[in-house]
Amino acid sequence: MTSSTTLPRRVSYRFSWVGMIGFAVILFWAMIALLAPHITPYPVGEIIDEDYFGPMSSKLLLGSDYLGRDMLSRIIMGARYTVGISLAAVCLACFSGAALGMAAAVIGGWFDTLLSRLLDALNSIPSKLSGLVVAAAVGSSLPVLILMLAVIYTPGAYRFARSLAVNVNTMDYITVARTRGEGIPYVVFSEILPNITGPLLADFGIRFVFVVLLLSGLSFLGLGVQPPYADWGALVHENIGGLPFGAPAVIVPSLAIASLTISVNLLIDNLPKKIRDRST
Amino acid sequence: MRTYVLGLITNRLGSSALTLLIVSFAVFFATAMLPGDTATILLGQAATPEAVAGLRAAMHLDEPALLRFGRWLIGLLQGDLGISYVNNVPVADLIGARFVNTMRLAGIVTLFAVPLSLTLGITAAMFRGSVYDRIVTIMTIGIISVPEFMIATSAVLLFSVYLKWLPALSFASDVTSFWQVMRIYAMPVITLTFVVSAQMIRMTRAAVIDTINTPYVEAAILKGASRWRAVLLHALPNAVGPIANAIALALSYLVGGVIIVETIFNYPGVAKLMVDGVSTRDLPLIQSCAIIFCVGYLSLITFADIVAILANPRVR
Repeated sequence: MTSSTTLPRRVSYRFSWVGMIGFAVILFWAMIALLAPHITPYPVGEIIDEDYFGPMSSKLLLGSDYLGRDMLSRIIMGARYTVGISLAAVCLACFSGAALGMAAAVIGGWFDTLLSRLLDALNSIPSKLSGLVVAAAVGSSLPVLILMLAVIYTPGAYRFARSLAVNVNTMDYITVARTRGEGIPYVVFSEILPNITGPLLADFGIRFVFVVLLLSGLSFLGLGVQPPYADWGALVHENIGGLPFGAPAVIVPSLAIASLTISVNLLIDNLPKKIRDRST
Repeated sequence: MRTYVLGLITNRLGSSALTLLIVSFAVFFATAMLPGDTATILLGQAATPEAVAGLRAAMHLDEPALLRFGRWLIGLLQGDLGISYVNNVPVADLIGARFVNTMRLAGIVTLFAVPLSLTLGITAAMFRGSVYDRIVTIMTIGIISVPEFMIATSAVLLFSVYLKWLPALSFASDVTSFWQVMRIYAMPVITLTFVVSAQMIRMTRAAVIDTINTPYVEAAILKGASRWRAVLLHALPNAVGPIANAIALALSYLVGGVIIVETIFNYPGVAKLMVDGVSTRDLPLIQSCAIIFCVGYLSLITFADIVAILANPRVR
């Protein structure tokens, strides 16, 4: 009797508290990014402190930057660029990567071989290097950044989706669907995709972290988001002069990045097994 | 059997060569095919139609792209890296000394990172689940999930702002004593060692745990061997291959790290040269640096694969 009442509970998803903390932090930054223009205490570009690299105070909660602008407002707006650009890029990368990967697994043959060879080769260019080369060639406007980040992380998403889809592709129900005369789009989206959604979502999260790190790295080098806009990496870049004084303007944006990436990692690591590896 | 292994290795080398060809193609086209006419940009104010046409002919810009790619690739193979747009010096001359600097930095980091990571990785695997293992794991995950520049800035904050042991963000040129060299290299080396070691510890730990989970190690423990004996004498000899593989793979993270570290510490290496080249849009310089880094990265990955092939007793 007891076993029958406890059984259904065990089947339901259970999140560990570490995962919950990660999720809460992600939600927090998502809200900040969404509401940014309404919650900044001061206008973003306005110089309000006569002192630069000011310390934390009750008036300026996170101190001021190298021009005397309010750091808290700049971090809040920066969340928009860091989260927004990364999310757009990772959506593009994972969608195209997963679609191509599943298609390659289903179609097989020359299509699969050629595509895999090409994307594997692209994958063996270190990501920062591709970023530098593209920034040199076309500059770094926001659309270029998003597209570039998407292209850099598509091969990885492709390889992951393909390896999952290849396993599913050997199942009997795929053979049944094919014998029934279903086309490739149907097999990909109605037969394979529902069976690998969980792992694909986990991969989405991991890739999001990669994109945030690369974007921040490029912005830190001064080759990512360009003024007047500033993401968190760019905030570190423009305030690096405050490092010898230990100014909060240098430290806080780094902490913001770390809180976001570590939270996503924590959430993914603590996802219920059921979501994470449903295919295995 | 030996010919079989040789075949596998030749195969792997061939595929790396093909990858390198595709990569150089991608690098060339990303830089050469994109908007903006190079001759017009170079001439700037002096861009009369005749001058542009003359320069285009002189630089072979009026030839089909594939021909230019072939010409560039052959030049590259012969060690001719082209002429810098910005200061009209052969790119090879610009890179030469800096290449040595970057390799020296990478070498020193490897020297520190490998013993450190092996010790931490293997011991963490031996005491899996203990407090020690958890601390090591949390620290490595923490380091992996933050940007490299954050580790660099934290190192500066800790060692030069609060403790005042080391100079901050400058690479002094007047080096006279061994002690000064140590002080200059300390910060870049510390940062890169952190970045690379975190990856190396994770991979080493995973490789050793894989070996410890095998039946023969269990048998050794059941037979009464101590944990040290079971791991060091029974498991480790079989984990040498996977560990070497992990080391080579982790070292490939040097490529990304060195770009950030050379910039932040103003270190005169190839990566700094490349970042400077990007801001001046010096395409031949960027192409050459990109190829150098890709070759370095690919060699490490290929080396890791070959070690894995050699270490697998089933093919040996």
